[in-house]
Amino acid sequence: MKKFIAAALAASMFTLPAFAAEVKVGFVTTLTTGGAVIGKDMENAVNLASAHMGGKMGELDLNVIFADDGFKPETGKQATDKLVKQDDVDFVTGYIWSHVLLASRKSVLDQGKFLISANAGPSEMAGKLCHENFFSTSWQNDQTPEAMGEVLNQQGVKSLYIMAPNYAAGKDMVAGVERTFKGEIKGKDLTKWGADAQLDFSAELAKAKASGAEGIFVFYPGAAAGAFVKQYQQAGLKDILPLYSVFTIDAISLPKLQAANFESVLGSKTTQQWDPSLKNEQNKRFVTEFKARYGSYPSFYAAQSYDAMFLIKSAVEAVGGDLTNKDGIRAALKTANYDSVRGKYTYGNNNFPIQNFYLREVVKDNDGNWTTRVASTVFENNQDSHAKDCSMN
Amino acid sequence: MFGTLSRSSKLTLLALLVLAILPPIFIWTGNSFYVDLATRLVILAIAAVSLNLILGYGGMISFGHAAYLGIGAYAVGIPAHHELYGGFEAIASFGGFTHIFLAVGISALFALITGAICLRTKGVYFIMITMAFAQMLYYLLVSLDEYGADDGLVIDARSEFPLINLDNSLQLYFVCLASLAAAMLIVRTVVHSRFGMVLQGAKGNEERMTSLGYNVYAYRLVAYVISGAMCGFAGALLGNFTTFISPEMMAWSRSGELMFMVILGGVATTLGPLLGSAAFIIIEEAFSSYTIYWHLPFGLMLMAVVLYTNGGIMGMKFKWRSPSAEKGTQENGTK
Amino acid sequence: MDTSLLIIQTLNGIQLGLLLFLVASGLTLIFGILDFVNLAHGSLYMVGAFFCATLTFALGSFPLAVLIALPLTGLVGYGVERFVARKLYAKDHLQHVLGTFGLILVFDTLTHMIWGPQGISIPLPAWLDTQVTLMKDVVFPTYRLLIIVSGLVCAAGLYWLVNHTRLGMLIRAGASNRTMVSALGIDIKTLFALVFAIGAMLAGLAGMLIAPITEAKIGMGNEVIITAFVVIIVGGIGSVKGAFIAAILIGLIDTLGRSFLDDVFKLFMSSSAAETSAPAISAMLIYLLMALILAFRPQGLFPPMVR
Repeated sequence: MKKFIAAALAASMFTLPAFAAEVKVGFVTTLTTGGAVIGKDMENAVNLASAHMGGKMGELDLNVIFADDGFKPETGKQATDKLVKQDDVDFVTGYIWSHVLLASRKSVLDQGKFLISANAGPSEMAGKLCHENFFSTSWQNDQTPEAMGEVLNQQGVKSLYIMAPNYAAGKDMVAGVERTFKGEIKGKDLTKWGADAQLDFSAELAKAKASGAEGIFVFYPGAAAGAFVKQYQQAGLKDILPLYSVFTIDAISLPKLQAANFESVLGSKTTQQWDPSLKNEQNKRFVTEFKARYGSYPSFYAAQSYDAMFLIKSAVEAVGGDLTNKDGIRAALKTANYDSVRGKYTYGNNNFPIQNFYLREVVKDNDGNWTTRVASTVFENNQDSHAKDCSMN
Repeated sequence: MFGTLSRSSKLTLLALLVLAILPPIFIWTGNSFYVDLATRLVILAIAAVSLNLILGYGGMISFGHAAYLGIGAYAVGIPAHHELYGGFEAIASFGGFTHIFLAVGISALFALITGAICLRTKGVYFIMITMAFAQMLYYLLVSLDEYGADDGLVIDARSEFPLINLDNSLQLYFVCLASLAAAMLIVRTVVHSRFGMVLQGAKGNEERMTSLGYNVYAYRLVAYVISGAMCGFAGALLGNFTTFISPEMMAWSRSGELMFMVILGGVATTLGPLLGSAAFIIIEEAFSSYTIYWHLPFGLMLMAVVLYTNGGIMGMKFKWRSPSAEKGTQENGTK
Repeated sequence: MDTSLLIIQTLNGIQLGLLLFLVASGLTLIFGILDFVNLAHGSLYMVGAFFCATLTFALGSFPLAVLIALPLTGLVGYGVERFVARKLYAKDHLQHVLGTFGLILVFDTLTHMIWGPQGISIPLPAWLDTQVTLMKDVVFPTYRLLIIVSGLVCAAGLYWLVNHTRLGMLIRAGASNRTMVSALGIDIKTLFALVFAIGAMLAGLAGMLIAPITEAKIGMGNEVIITAFVVIIVGGIGSVKGAFIAAILIGLIDTLGRSFLDDVFKLFMSSSAAETSAPAISAMLIYLLMALILAFRPQGLFPPMVR
């Protein structure tokens, strides 16, 4: 018991109100379990952004506090509570997983803080749960698969089998591709997700093959991507059941697939709002220096995290460092007046980006590394379909 | 004024007193997060106290006790969810008494049904079958799309009681603390009753109790139901505290953590479960804010506790032990 | 439902069952002979996979990597026995569960520190990365067939070891009466260490076999260990035969449940609700099976003769 008192008192000493002029940003991501591979990439991007800003936002020192969600909604919510209540951060950002973001949103918004998603874009938060203090630097979950559905229509694919993990984002992805794809859905499987996610897809792949579909649409982010692609190849499905994926074949999975020599992913296509090959100054600098510093291509998770930091910076500078001016910060965030690595975009009524979506293709770069490049533009200035359910104007 | 109390009772009262004084200080110094931490600690302590009744005093090693935490939390979340969004009129409610009734009632029923089956087995089979029932419940809730399945569900409202406002973190905390004091008192009373003596006797020597004419199975079942109901109550508090329900609450690793709290503190002692959960929460909090590799020192400490102590914190620090703790944790009559 | 799909899914189920058997057989031997509950058995499965992954990249050959990783994993198993398990034998099951729970955390974090968070994909040699046509419309990945064959070979080897060798005789004797074996003047410590190392190698082999399909990943052991416990409880603790039957049974239930349960559910619920519940319910079936078997046979299908 004495220890408890001592620890508690010691802790309270450390947290007397600090008067240093700084802006505190809480960054919630996955730093343990298999999901940590994504979290690491985001952390790298944030550190790079901080270096590019010289550690300052306007006159204020930048202080980023990273927190681990352990790939679980409950842990993520706890981590968020701590950032908001104990560290008293001004902005909370990060969030890879939709279910973690959904669990954590009230903890941030009820305290009047700003919440900026650097990845997750659950449909609920674009629609009826939209909030004036919530912004996204990524996309609404449905948009990317909607773009893929459109690509499938253009390519004349008549029937599809769908596989995705069984959590908030997985369900959004399925809804997205079903919304735009005009052909027949031959079947779908939602598999166990989380820290103990199902990674052996033998039964599902056998079903997909037997369904007679003309293609397979999948969403397997992070570590599951490698596992899926391998089994897809081992089952010999490349010529029978072409692969159309979103958020699966990316800068996280490609180095691993290249190391294991899975040639079959070369040439495969995926949709996205960003690509390392996009030609704007901010993106060139980001990609080049990320590669120089960390030795690999940045993923879209990294790009969105980098953007989130610069979006916050633009708002902090717009109010001249006066963090109590919430209305000013909100208005500045809404204008998206910063150099995004994806190029210029605007915010819709629900504070999700209205932006372009591209078809990307997996290629070898000049050094022989596997990466992606833009093949074509699928949607221009696309707004998500849930915006109409949002009561904000 | 404490002259007539035993040393253990004095220690327990002191611990509760400290828990009563600290949180207002946290609020006063502007550290409201530590009130949250203390609330979590107290709720888990109630769960650990309930587990200690069957594990410590009764020798029934339940590896599925987190199931009751989950039942309790869902008993708050599901009625509130329906009250907010419609459907299932029969249970839709924000009423705190309805929530508590459901939490305790369903937990007791679940404990009665599963306990009746589990108690037919012995030793490690008992450990595994209790886990099996918890896992079944876990997967059942994972399969329910309506209540968020794997993603869990944010509850936008807390239980409503007359005079008490659970949205106030300090009031919620003192409700939890009062519940903890009540739970410790209940377990202490049960243990020192004739019923408790039979229960502890059966832990040491089942045959003797049977030959003395006691129906050991029935005694154990009653203890199992009391323990489950009590933990269900803790679950209802947990649901109100986190305002979030998720199947994760009843995962097997959570049951393992509850066991760990009981052992760490010292089995079959009144204060042990509280000390164990306090140590657990504080160490977790302290390590995890230093390094993402905090599981390493945590795991090593766990092993050290098992390898080098005999009765957890209570065993290390104090000479005083209750008689039933002497034999350590002889389980459920194997061999 | 067509027959060829049913055959393929049955093969998938058997393959999963045999992997479970490799983990469970070591667990049941350790449990049966040493009366030791080892939750960290799954960590050896993970360690095996990581050793194999590193060696595959170092040596450029998957089969060679397996051959070298096997004794290495056995060595880790020996270390666990020597420095942790041995001190726990005298304690009760509760302490075993907690101590090895701590060991899991240590293994997982060390793996994170050594290999990083990302997990490793193991490349297969080209001759394994193909498919075989077993009969018309039944095309099966060669590698999964190899897992089935290796699993069966291991099962047969273990059967021979337990029933027809001196070591096996001691193991059987130890499982039923430990004091007797030590009274016979057998070096019980060496026997125990040997059993532990064999168990570690079997679990490690399972990890090495699954890694080219999924990947070597932190925490992969924790997913398999609980299922492996279900297997040995259903089969009866200490019984290798029981573990074999239960493993196949559980592999089939899981795979066939995932394959066909959603179609059944769609008959009476919406398509998306069926997709959500079917995998969860098929996972639940395993525990339901265990509870049912224990309710009627409190010591599993093949209880040990003398306890």
